[in-house]
Amino acid sequence: MRLLNASGCLDALTAPEVARSLDAFVTKTVTPLPREGNEPVRIAELEHGMLNAIGLANPGIDRFVAETLPKLAGLEVWVSLGGFATRDYVELCERLDGEEIEAIELNLSCPNVDEVPESVGEVVAAARAVTTRRLYAKLSPAVPDVAETARAAEAAGADGLSLVNTIRGLALDERSLEPVLARGVGGLSGPALRPIALAAVHACRRATGLPIVGMGGVSTGRHALELLAAGANDVALGTVLFADPAAPGRVRAELEAELAAHGFADADNAVGAAHAAEGSTLDPKSRLGVEKRLHTRLNVAG
Amino acid sequence: MLTRAAHSVTGTEAVGPYTLLRVERGRLDPGVPGQFFMLEAPERLLPRPMSLCVASERELGFLIDPIGPGTRALSSLEPGDRLAILGPLGNGFQLDVERPLLVGGGIGIAPLPYLSERLGSPPAVLGFRTEWHAEAAALLPGAEVVVDPVLVTDCDFDGFDLLACGPEPMLEAVRHRSPTAQLAWEAPMGCGYGACWGCAVRIDGELKRLCVEGPVLGAAA
Repeated sequence: MRLLNASGCLDALTAPEVARSLDAFVTKTVTPLPREGNEPVRIAELEHGMLNAIGLANPGIDRFVAETLPKLAGLEVWVSLGGFATRDYVELCERLDGEEIEAIELNLSCPNVDEVPESVGEVVAAARAVTTRRLYAKLSPAVPDVAETARAAEAAGADGLSLVNTIRGLALDERSLEPVLARGVGGLSGPALRPIALAAVHACRRATGLPIVGMGGVSTGRHALELLAAGANDVALGTVLFADPAAPGRVRAELEAELAAHGFADADNAVGAAHAAEGSTLDPKSRLGVEKRLHTRLNVAG
Repeated sequence: MLTRAAHSVTGTEAVGPYTLLRVERGRLDPGVPGQFFMLEAPERLLPRPMSLCVASERELGFLIDPIGPGTRALSSLEPGDRLAILGPLGNGFQLDVERPLLVGGGIGIAPLPYLSERLGSPPAVLGFRTEWHAEAAALLPGAEVVVDPVLVTDCDFDGFDLLACGPEPMLEAVRHRSPTAQLAWEAPMGCGYGACWGCAVRIDGELKRLCVEGPVLGAAA
């Protein structure tokens, strides 16, 4: 299991030690052209989460490749890419050709821009055609059937899934009753997103054999364990980093204790544990994995 | 390097409508005046940015305006309660000025007592909405105090190096009066260290993160 940051929740240039405390650093989403992002106010804290409407602020792919990427040397870098049409993703993947990066995450689900990218399958297939990099599709849980989207991503050649992006929410000012955020709506993250993320990971694990990076409201080792059990292979931290830049080390230590308490030899053995009783309904590739892990677990326990 | 550690509350006191929250200093670096700290607010998801108001060998004090759930939670802390503090963060005031004059408005006086101490008690002008709010001027003995409808920016600033903190209209007025002024701005912040991009403000015509570029900026920015 690797511990990552969720895209847009960490800047390795302003907090390099936090980036180094993760197994891989995921960049803020990069688009073809520079984007200033949305006007402030951009964030709002809620009872059980927070809203953000940053709006994909980024320097654009040219400056990212020329100025940002060289400064990330020494980190295992996943580059998050975002576009407004399939050709944008193609151009972005091509621009990363030959660069020192570990993976590409296609952001197919930003809730804070109006332009909707074309279908997930089409974008992934087009990106797949121009890059040999490991290609993760970051999906929104705000669809009728995220498993169907996951299957489309897999069929189009994705190497993995990032689950989940934030979902759209609205906050109103206490006194004026007007939207707090300048954009109006924003992406909901934090504790409120966690059960939604668990459900999406659970459904996609049953639907595909792709590796999954699980994220959404993780702030403790127990939360990470639950995502693994639901079917995630890796875990990413998002909102918790804002409050606690030392969260990666803490979550890792807490997860170790949780794994030991549940009799798992290591994190990989916990992957898919929530599906143990219903292994036969899993995708064949996943089912084999779970059976093998269950076997290992029995050996450990016995 | 980011430093975050738990500190014990040593006391709170009402200062007009505000609360002065005192915590044990421990190994906390008080930083440069105008820098800020992220204070863990009980039962809240996100910490709150506060500039350091007063510093002694054993204690650090933060002046809090209890206007929302986070600041109200911070104001209701009791001696012995512990809270995580991250900082110091951001860029503070440049202290190498010849004729400093401190200008503060409302809760914007928060960083001025510590700034005044570091500058050897220069003259200061403070503006408040009401006499009740003006009770906070006790934190800066000797300061000239004006209460609305007089505006702090009506004062004579000629020949001074202005260091200001207060509401946006006040900072804009100071900026227009003095192109060399140093202004401490405020914005809602999620993280305080450049991770969330929440605190964007327009600097030099571009939206930039106040926590990284500021919160103290030159008037020309």
